[in-house]
Amino acid sequence: MIGTSRLSRIALAVWTVLILLFLFVPIALIVVYAFNPSNVQSWPLHGLSTKWFSSTWHNAEMRHAFWLSVRAGLISTAIALLLGSMAAFAVHRFRFFGREAISFLLVLPIALPGIITGMALNSFINFSGIGFSLTTIIVGHATFCIVTVYNNVLARLRRTQSSLVEASMDLGADGWQTFRFVTLPMIATALVAGGLLAFALSFDEIVVTTFTAGAQNTLPIWIFGNIRLGQQLPQVNVVVLFVILVSLIPVALARRLTRDTGILRPTAAAPAAGA
Amino acid sequence: MSSTGFADRPNARMRVSAALFRRPWLRGGLLLSGPLAWFVLIYLAALVALFVSSLWSVDSFTGNLVHTWTLNNFKTLFTVGTYRTIALRTIGIAAAVTVTDALLALPFAFFAVRIASKRVQGALFVAVLIPLWSSYLVRVYVWRLILAKEGVLNWALGQIGLGSLNIGYSNWAMWIVFSYIWLPFMILPIWSAIERVPDSLIEASADLGARGWRTFSSVLFPLILPGIVAGSIFTFALTLGDYITPTLVGGAGSDFIGNVVYANVGVASNVPFAAAFATVPLVVMGVYLLIARRLGAFEAL
Repeated sequence: MIGTSRLSRIALAVWTVLILLFLFVPIALIVVYAFNPSNVQSWPLHGLSTKWFSSTWHNAEMRHAFWLSVRAGLISTAIALLLGSMAAFAVHRFRFFGREAISFLLVLPIALPGIITGMALNSFINFSGIGFSLTTIIVGHATFCIVTVYNNVLARLRRTQSSLVEASMDLGADGWQTFRFVTLPMIATALVAGGLLAFALSFDEIVVTTFTAGAQNTLPIWIFGNIRLGQQLPQVNVVVLFVILVSLIPVALARRLTRDTGILRPTAAAPAAGA
Repeated sequence: MSSTGFADRPNARMRVSAALFRRPWLRGGLLLSGPLAWFVLIYLAALVALFVSSLWSVDSFTGNLVHTWTLNNFKTLFTVGTYRTIALRTIGIAAAVTVTDALLALPFAFFAVRIASKRVQGALFVAVLIPLWSSYLVRVYVWRLILAKEGVLNWALGQIGLGSLNIGYSNWAMWIVFSYIWLPFMILPIWSAIERVPDSLIEASADLGARGWRTFSSVLFPLILPGIVAGSIFTFALTLGDYITPTLVGGAGSDFIGNVVYANVGVASNVPFAAAFATVPLVVMGVYLLIARRLGAFEAL
């Protein structure tokens, strides 16, 4: 850039490398620790081994938690896909009072600190006396997942031409046919991308989930409980590597599907922390 | 009427779509009803439930909810020193993390957008996305291992002969870990803010004789400030509402608002008090968002 001296360019490059190390050394350590042969988590490790992988795989508690997370993730994603795309269509196609407020309302569950959303849902559950179940977990997850689908679909709709829909109608297609053969193919990859992100968000969430799960263990709650009590740490190390992979694969796929749409910018992001 | 051709007698599906097409408000209303019902009946209702239950209390003998209006929970919050300390600690660390992340992110984003080649830029973007989307809990956990007495940090310090640093389970640990976890949330808005600054403005500044630093402070910085504030909304709000990091890497005296809320929902079983304390970050965020809007951060989100 003009006005940037050689010296400051070098300094900035060094800074960038340091930040990259800061970001990635911990992630590399997660990978390494999964192969720690010892029960003790001190550094340096005494060799590498895959001996904890099979005992982790056969850990019944872990499996139970894993399946609970998968079920919660899939159903929340389905709800988010339906409601998120409905909201995106409404906001894209129609002008109505309070239209601007919709985006704000949908982003609230992830923009507000996680304990507020969690505590609010917890009060609500207590209030109505419905008791904790898979349903209450799903209600919490779907609430903050809707926005990822909404953002993806809305961004896609804004880039497509409404003339295609009009042409379809002119050619005699009814509303359903137009949706099925024109609109749906246009937004298909955005739906898949939004759904994948929603699943990644749900699978990893803990702050809101602790307030809506009662005594049930999702995978993150199982991990958190074991870390806190210092139990089964070798198995936690293996699960944790697995969780990192599960949360990254959908994101990599979603990015491939929505290349150059800027979907993965922060407003669509704000994952984790249930935040 | 024996004909079934839709030219003279449209079938039911055709009639429904035609009816909907003629009434856009009906289509819009139907589309909006689902998501809106979900948010109003569940989310907004839950927020109302939060406020209402914060005004209730718990019978100290039976442990049952007492449904009479009282401001006692809020009185406790403001008069008991411990809770004030916890609230101030939470807000103070959230502010420190926000400033730290802004300082870390600014040169990085500047290099990525203005100096790096297109290929390096693409790689850096992915390098920010990976930690952003990696599991939050996992990234906190690994810092617990790094900062432990026998962890990587002390080993590395020992290797270069600097002795050891016992900052595991302390406010320092929380500061480092929060700064680590939320850094990508600060980088991305600053990144796009720098991207939006036209090259011509930088060139004009140089033509007018400004050196690098002057161009940065008088031209670039004011233009990217909304991006910094946008990023700070994330870093501040996310830190404010956390209890996982304080539990895993904070020390004995490192409770956050979230820890008190969590304990009162669980062990202490005083949901009204938990609800009352949860309104504190809500109010703080409300004030913060008002300031952020003034600074133009919403356009930069």
